[in-house]
Amino acid sequence: MIEIKNVNKSFNGKQILFDVSAKFEAGQTNLIIGQSGHGKTVLLKSLVGLHAIDSGQIIYGDQVFSDMSFLSQKQIRQEIGMLFQGSALFDSLTVEENVRFPLDMFSTKSAEEKLDRVNFCLKRVDLNNVNHLYPSEISGGMQKRVAIARAIALNPKYLFCDEPNSGLDPKTSIVIDNLIYEITKEYGITTIINTHDMNSVMGIGEKIIYIHSGRKLWEGNKEDILTAKEEQLNDFVFASELFKRIKERV
Amino acid sequence: MALFYHTGRYVLFLKRVFAKPEKHRIFIQQYFKEAEKLGIHSIGIVLIISFFMGAVITLQTAYNLEMAFIPKYTIGLAARESVLLEFSSTIVGLILAGKVGSNIASEIGSMRVTEQIDAIEIMGINSSSFLVQPKILALVTMMPLLTVISMAIGISGGWLAGVVSGELTSVDYILGIRYSFKPFYIVYSIIKSAVFGFLISSISSYQGYYVEGGSLEVGIASTKAVVVSSIQILLFNLLLTQLLLA
Repeated sequence: MIEIKNVNKSFNGKQILFDVSAKFEAGQTNLIIGQSGHGKTVLLKSLVGLHAIDSGQIIYGDQVFSDMSFLSQKQIRQEIGMLFQGSALFDSLTVEENVRFPLDMFSTKSAEEKLDRVNFCLKRVDLNNVNHLYPSEISGGMQKRVAIARAIALNPKYLFCDEPNSGLDPKTSIVIDNLIYEITKEYGITTIINTHDMNSVMGIGEKIIYIHSGRKLWEGNKEDILTAKEEQLNDFVFASELFKRIKERV
Repeated sequence: MALFYHTGRYVLFLKRVFAKPEKHRIFIQQYFKEAEKLGIHSIGIVLIISFFMGAVITLQTAYNLEMAFIPKYTIGLAARESVLLEFSSTIVGLILAGKVGSNIASEIGSMRVTEQIDAIEIMGINSSSFLVQPKILALVTMMPLLTVISMAIGISGGWLAGVVSGELTSVDYILGIRYSFKPFYIVYSIIKSAVFGFLISSISSYQGYYVEGGSLEVGIASTKAVVVSSIQILLFNLLLTQLLLA
């Protein structure tokens, strides 16, 4: 479980996050939704320690992550997997080397065991015969799957996904969403996903928090979201024609 | 103010860079990879530049010393001093600031803007040490080697140009390059090249590491890396000459 309490964050005097508090349970897909430029990515990057917060607390289990130094955070960081918006695969490494990277850095497994683990992770994300290809030689959807394979290589307790569907077609987006959902259930991971894709919200949104102008305005799940009374949230959710029609039916 | 800001941030960056490597085996692998990429792959350009540099120095010296009372071996002596003291370390340093410096800055800058550095940090790895330390050590060790190669090729280029053009005989040239030879000049040049290697790799890495934005900013960082490294090479050339030869 991850808990955030009254998190504030500013850059060069401009406040981006205002007193954000939330709880993200293990074994469920937690979504942070909101318009672009309203602080979702800042919140996610603060959660994983890429941005130091100004005040508040970020708690992993019973450890206050935000109060720890980079060195003390190391143990927790090794339990974190992250899927970036642009996949962030290492260009100079093959698919196999990318997935093996965290194993090389942190595991004491033999070369054979590492290869087995790499192949297991690649198979888990439905990728075959791509071990020796470079990221530039595979499609965007495949890159996302390799990034998921790399993120789960060390059996993480926490999985963070920043806009996992960005740049993907609707069908591939659903494949990626389902994959993240299945992995979350399978390993009991605390998964936090940043998205503004309403298909993802309606598909895998077990817990949803809505961020607007750096403030948490609403919290609920995919069942509640269509009937929520929050005006800003409604503007966001029913922005598209498709959802406007759904609203009329609801 | 910007100068103080960057100097301070550069020093803090170096402090992080020289942290203990995460895994020694991987560090050694990275070191050899970088030594090949930054050093071995630069041998070609060093050979070409050094050969023509030596040849031109010899011919220019020969054309300017056409007086009967100046012995011909002076041409070889002048070529040796120029190549050993200045050209092989400083000119090769400036050339490599362009080739290697822009390569390092754009590689690390691209990793920054595509969040690859963030991916390393999230795993709990000190990204500056992991990415930059092998590059610095590789260039600091490979630059002296390139300088020694440059000296040999430069002097050989001078000999070939002098003899083929008929400006002096092979005997005169060899007498010149052996005349009053001070081995310390080679040590001096090697020390300079190691310092230049450090400057090029650390400054270029710094420029790439702190890129913010996209491909345009990576290009700007790459240019800055070359300009700042070149200026620092010239400044440290002056300082080291004063320190080591005065």
